[in-house]
Amino acid sequence: MTTRYTKDHEWVRLDGDVATIGISTYAAEQLGDVVYAELPAVGKSYAQGDDMAVVESAKTASDVYAPISGEIVETNSEITGENWPIINEAPEAAGWFVKLKVSDKAELDALMDEAAYADYVKGL
Amino acid sequence: MAEAGSPKKLPLDALWRARTSKFGDFAGYDMPLQFEGLIPEHMWTRQHAGLFDVSHMGPCFFALPKGHGLEGDEAHKKVAALIERLVPADIQGLKPGQVRYTMITNAEGGVLDDLMIARPAEPGAAGDLYIVVNAGCKHQDWALIEEATKGEANLVRADDRCLLALQGPKAHIVAAAVIDPALAEVSFMSVKRYDAFGRLTVTRSGYTGEDGYEILVRAEHAADLANALLAHPEVKPVGLGARDSLRLEAGLCLYGHDLDPTTSPIEADLAWTIQKRRREAADFPGAKRILREYELGAPRKRVGIRPNDRAPAREGVEIVKDGKTIGIVTSGGFSPVLNGPISMGYVDAAYAEPGTGLELMIRGQARAATVTPLPFVPHNYYRPKKGD
Repeated sequence: MTTRYTKDHEWVRLDGDVATIGISTYAAEQLGDVVYAELPAVGKSYAQGDDMAVVESAKTASDVYAPISGEIVETNSEITGENWPIINEAPEAAGWFVKLKVSDKAELDALMDEAAYADYVKGL
Repeated sequence: MAEAGSPKKLPLDALWRARTSKFGDFAGYDMPLQFEGLIPEHMWTRQHAGLFDVSHMGPCFFALPKGHGLEGDEAHKKVAALIERLVPADIQGLKPGQVRYTMITNAEGGVLDDLMIARPAEPGAAGDLYIVVNAGCKHQDWALIEEATKGEANLVRADDRCLLALQGPKAHIVAAAVIDPALAEVSFMSVKRYDAFGRLTVTRSGYTGEDGYEILVRAEHAADLANALLAHPEVKPVGLGARDSLRLEAGLCLYGHDLDPTTSPIEADLAWTIQKRRREAADFPGAKRILREYELGAPRKRVGIRPNDRAPAREGVEIVKDGKTIGIVTSGGFSPVLNGPISMGYVDAAYAEPGTGLELMIRGQARAATVTPLPFVPHNYYRPKKGD
């Protein structure tokens, strides 16, 4: 399974037609310790680029955008259970945000692969 | 009013860059925002001592012209009367070595900046004031002061020097060890010069709610001083990020956010900064509005607010009661000490009583919150007992 990244530092990993979505390690580091996060409700649908979730550190609040269009089928119960440190501890694994049933897989082609994202972050 | 062009580098830029890469533009200066992390830096300052570089601020000396021929109280009263044209505090009444927090007000009773004014302790400096204004307002403030006192006194900028803030309950141990043992015993809101690291002007003051010092040091001695302070095991460097969360927990106003040209000192709950002699004389800019509000109460008031859940309410969030907008959040974020969100804002006076329930409009959703006394975290200022 390859991971794809957006310029806004979301990652997305497709398994069948369900995508797991979170924020990148770089984003989590930039943000600092997460003190609040708000995830969308299961059943809500988003188009690619829509405001989908919010993650806040002591420093700032950041919007999380849907990296791909689809319907939310699951949210991470660690995060809804207020275990926000998991976002800093494992942003690209146990700290995932939502799972989304993808409506158009072709949208993934517009996103960066791991190598391209690493280059992109280096340039920031 | 930040200066145009690329941000200025601090004199200690290299020293901070060796410790962090997280910098950001603030009031025209490239400032270290964060070292090991906002929350650990915040907690370190509350428990030990944090070192902040606040050289972007506007320290200056305001002095009667040389050869003024006056001494002691007479010289002080003369220079103090000049600055009192701009501020509502009793500056003439300052004792040698005393520091006072005040505001530059406009004719409408709004606040143009908040600042510290100190009367030097040294008899030889009678007729001088040491003033520190905010970074973002310093050019405007200095122009206003010069305009209002033209030919009667001289303003000498000192923002080519470094201003270091050492803040926290262990700051007095560090200052005594590194600078001068006498610093342990001086009172909060006092000033004195010390012959160390060139010559230092040290106020026991700060803007974190903690005990501590603000140290004005010439740029050529600043690295030696910063390194000596950082070498102490109680000291860690702290960035602007934690400075903001510390002052918010302490219920202190940030100019441009909690104070602005439309906000009066009474609305801001800063009536205590206007001493009786000035209230009676009513001779400061905006006195008409400010004294009316002092007597009758202001239509709105700055309050502390604690959201009832975990979502932070940041600057700009609307405050609502029974479907009606009654105010706005002017500062908000996360309190590391309380481990939860805190905000300050202005509400209609009818809703300013601690315990009042309100709603905060966060991302279109009304969330319950409660008016809370300020400060959120008690101040920890050092004042020797009377008679010491």
